Amino acid sequence: MRRLFTHDRLPAMRKLAIVPPFAWLALFLLVPFLLVLKISFADLRFGIPPYTPLATLENETLTLGVHLSSYLLLFTDSLYIATYISSVKMALVTTVCCALIGYPMAYYIARANPKARNLMLLGVILPFWTSLLLRVYAWVGILRSDGLLNNALMALGLIDAPLEIYRTDLAVYIGLVYAYLPFFILPLYANLVKFDMRLLEAAYDLGAKPFQAFWRVTLPMSLPGVIAGSLLVFIPTVGEYVIPEMLGGADTLMMGRLMWTEFFNNTDWPMAAAVTCVMVLILIVPLALLQYNQARQFDSERRRGKA
Amino acid sequence: MAKPDRFLRAFVLTLGYGFLYVPIACLMLFSFNDSAMMTSWTGFSLRWYHELFSDQALLSAAGLSLQIAALTATAAVALGTWAAYVLVRMGRFRGSGLYVGMLCAPLAMPEVVLGISLLLMFVELGELIGWPAGNGMFTIWVGHVTLCIAYVAVVIQARIRDLDRSLEEAALDLGASPLKVFFVITLPLIAPALMASWLLAFTLSLDDVVIASFLSGPGYTTLPLEVFSRVRLGLKPEINALATLFILIVGLCVIVASKVQWRKEET
Repeated sequence: MRRLFTHDRLPAMRKLAIVPPFAWLALFLLVPFLLVLKISFADLRFGIPPYTPLATLENETLTLGVHLSSYLLLFTDSLYIATYISSVKMALVTTVCCALIGYPMAYYIARANPKARNLMLLGVILPFWTSLLLRVYAWVGILRSDGLLNNALMALGLIDAPLEIYRTDLAVYIGLVYAYLPFFILPLYANLVKFDMRLLEAAYDLGAKPFQAFWRVTLPMSLPGVIAGSLLVFIPTVGEYVIPEMLGGADTLMMGRLMWTEFFNNTDWPMAAAVTCVMVLILIVPLALLQYNQARQFDSERRRGKA
Repeated sequence: MAKPDRFLRAFVLTLGYGFLYVPIACLMLFSFNDSAMMTSWTGFSLRWYHELFSDQALLSAAGLSLQIAALTATAAVALGTWAAYVLVRMGRFRGSGLYVGMLCAPLAMPEVVLGISLLLMFVELGELIGWPAGNGMFTIWVGHVTLCIAYVAVVIQARIRDLDRSLEEAALDLGASPLKVFFVITLPLIAPALMASWLLAFTLSLDDVVIASFLSGPGYTTLPLEVFSRVRLGLKPEINALATLFILIVGLCVIVASKVQWRKEET
């Protein structure tokens, strides 16, 4: 039987077919990032572009201008350091909250009968399709001191004075968990729904209690889904800009916001580039984990395809 | 099989779906409120819808966004499908690790990273060869396509993997060229997934604030940019009306698409 694109078939065509998507990604993803790396070692100057060139050729002398000033400031200034710590902390707390809410949801969706399952899944996917910006905006009207939540609580007599949530870190947490919850539930659901129920039956037959069976069978089996979901929440949250900007206070420190300020308000492009590099540096381990996860998935799917 | 605890299940699901949907419901409800504040209900009114449709800035921004979204979705589906097909059907090749890496990076990578790096590249390119002359539709489109390829590739590769390969192999055995097999056999089989990923790319592009902030130029304000510049400082009731329409349209599309999908699964 002939196979598509085996090594002996049209090797030249085969190689050519890889090129266009690869070229797009190299040109618009890889090269731009290398440029960010380059500019992070430049110095601020007046003019267009507002940074010094990396190398200049003058009087047959090649001068390399590698400026470390951005990085020196980034690694010594306490405000910057506080921002990294705060970003990572917020992303971690968000991931844990998404796991606490998302795991039981994904679990019960996966266990529901097929008809209800489709409907429940749709309920998770629908917010994912609708505008993040508009959904985060919805929280503004709820969390403000004269907003719906405070009005409701005061009408019920639970509080006397409005709670200050809007423009605090708490509001940012609510917004982040709200926005990223579907990203946790969907990969976990995909894992849980493939779970072989006979494993649980075996555990029960061997005398496990329901919690024990969950803790020692279901949870370990679903770990790949938990990891994928956690990474899909954690990584983008570290660099999130829109949510802290809309719900957070002036003292809500997040790297995405810091980079934005350096770039748009201070027009300090080398600094903004350096902040971006630090962000990627912080995310390199989780990103590599995600890539590994994805690559393994692609591989196992390829094997399945060949079987 | 042990029955999951009914009470716990009801509790978890009510709370979870409540969390996801109550904010949207509030937003929609108060788009019909007469008062400009979301504090109290003062009466039913359509005045914010009226204001929305006479707001020229919002309408022209919406027009631009719809154009960019359609162009983005089309290009992203073409490139993403291509990339997914290469990945699923070609096995390992030199550099396939880098390939998967680059393909999946935009899925999780903070959008600010993609935005700033593309902007810096366009600035450098402009310095070097004088192209692109300025930021605008083209630069935003490039950014959105790069973001959306990843999403499209994930959806399509899942579909291609589930295909029955014997159909393609039969066509090959009958002497069709691989290219013909792709267009005559594979493509029609994955058409629903193509449609779904086109819509996904369309909505992603229609919703993006961050990449467009970096890559847009004067005179090219997309809808999310216009919305964001209004709401970052507080409540704007005409945006409630816009959100309601947006969510209803998207919701309707997703529900119809899912119904079609389910019916197919049943037969």
